[in-house]
Amino acid sequence: MPADIAPGNLPQTQQIPDAAEPVVVFKDVSITFDVKPVLQNISFTVLRGETRIILGPAGGGKSVLMKLANGLIRPDAGTIRIFGDDITQMPETELFKLRARIGMVFQESALFDSLSVEDNVAYRLHEEHVPEEEAHQRVIEVLQFVELEHTINKFPAELSGGMRRRVSIARAIIAKPDLILYDSPTGGLDPITSTTIIDLVIKQRDVSHTTSLLITHRLQDAFLLAQSRFNEQTGKIEPIPNGGIDENTKFLVLNEGQVIFDGTTHELVHTTDPWLKEYLS
Amino acid sequence: MPFVSPEIFAKQTIASIQDYSILCWRAVTNLFSRPRYWADIYTQMDSIGVGSTPIIVLTGFFTGCVLALQSATSLQEFGSVSLTGNLVALSMVKELGPVLTGLMVSGRNSSGMASEIGSMRVTEQIDAMRALGTDPVRKLVTPRLYATIFMLFFLTILSDAFGIAGGALVSVTIMGLNASSYFHNSYRALHYGDVVQGLTKPLFSGFIIATVGCYFGMTTKGGTQGVGKSTTQAVVVASIFIIVVDLLVTRAMIGIFGR
Repeated sequence: MPADIAPGNLPQTQQIPDAAEPVVVFKDVSITFDVKPVLQNISFTVLRGETRIILGPAGGGKSVLMKLANGLIRPDAGTIRIFGDDITQMPETELFKLRARIGMVFQESALFDSLSVEDNVAYRLHEEHVPEEEAHQRVIEVLQFVELEHTINKFPAELSGGMRRRVSIARAIIAKPDLILYDSPTGGLDPITSTTIIDLVIKQRDVSHTTSLLITHRLQDAFLLAQSRFNEQTGKIEPIPNGGIDENTKFLVLNEGQVIFDGTTHELVHTTDPWLKEYLS
Repeated sequence: MPFVSPEIFAKQTIASIQDYSILCWRAVTNLFSRPRYWADIYTQMDSIGVGSTPIIVLTGFFTGCVLALQSATSLQEFGSVSLTGNLVALSMVKELGPVLTGLMVSGRNSSGMASEIGSMRVTEQIDAMRALGTDPVRKLVTPRLYATIFMLFFLTILSDAFGIAGGALVSVTIMGLNASSYFHNSYRALHYGDVVQGLTKPLFSGFIIATVGCYFGMTTKGGTQGVGKSTTQAVVVASIFIIVVDLLVTRAMIGIFGR
């Protein structure tokens, strides 16, 4: 019988982070749905504190890769190590404990539509039996971070698409995870709302230095992330001076289930790969 | 509907049975380890049990009325109208109460479970729950399973009682039978084995309603159309299972109690 997540034991499952240890390691990962190979021999590493932007055309396997990283689906071949643990063979019950250290923002927000914003955001805290008063306080703090504290008593159906995405980010970061997975947080949003979401991702990156994977198919969002920083004095997002780029923001480009590019922003913009040059143009 | 090869069909069927069995096992055993979602169990008890009370009361009552009318017509030929109470009580307690309650709750709750969980599945809420470190089977299926089994037991008793009362109303007002004699005959007709048989069936029906409803919900694919399909399949499969299992339990109980 599967033993399951024991909320009281959660802190004990968290290991002391080793700064040199990669947070995410994919090695020769392949997965096929029916007869169609979705990902083929994917290998890459994400170091602690790194923000890895995953780019690529639609249908290239980006969302599948994100679900693999969280153990929501299992690969047919290869190994995936998260915080040093191989999750490909890990029982689901162990994965529930591991996921307590991972925050995930879904493509369509995936908020619980029968719960209020407060209950959605506090979901993990309620599961961990955090006292109601403390949970409420933390919900307010995190909703202030995403600038949505006025929606605390609303239901997801009453919010706009952008607001739902921000609530989803709040739900992902409330437990201060060691890894955040953003699955197309700007997908289907207008440019202004997309920028608001990317600003939040930058803020989270520069304030908490959390390792993260972010999927986008909007190049402007990707380069905004690489070229901007959060100014703690002004509380605003600003371009990094002198055309600088964020050292910890790197890129992974997927096309038709294969890694086309894995490297820094500088390497990406100076690529000689003809397909990539056309994609970026 | 596209045709599939017998090999693929056989594989899909066996895989479905395997998935259903695993779901049932996990749903049952989850109650014996932490965390237990008691609040969800009570909420489901209210939704399934209290929520189904009106239809169960009405169904039981009118079935009892019709049963009395129909049986009285047949019994009249043998000059045994006074035995209407026996017939109504035995029929309601052994068969009609448990089966009709199972079918009514199946129509109301199997569909509800399949559509609710199915909607959560297609909008990625189930994945979100897993990503937040919660086992969806523990949170969604186990409370529904135990709540349905527990409440169906009492709903069946309610249905039996109202069925006998309905039979009494018809027997007294239309056929002019003596109320005291009706209830006395009803009481005398029922043996220990009959009551055990009638109250064992809802335990199986409750298990079927919850597990089938949740299974079709958890395996929903294909957006809103998929949710509709799951809902229909859940009710159809649960209803057939209830009737088949009713036959098996009846045979087993006759074997044990001899009636």
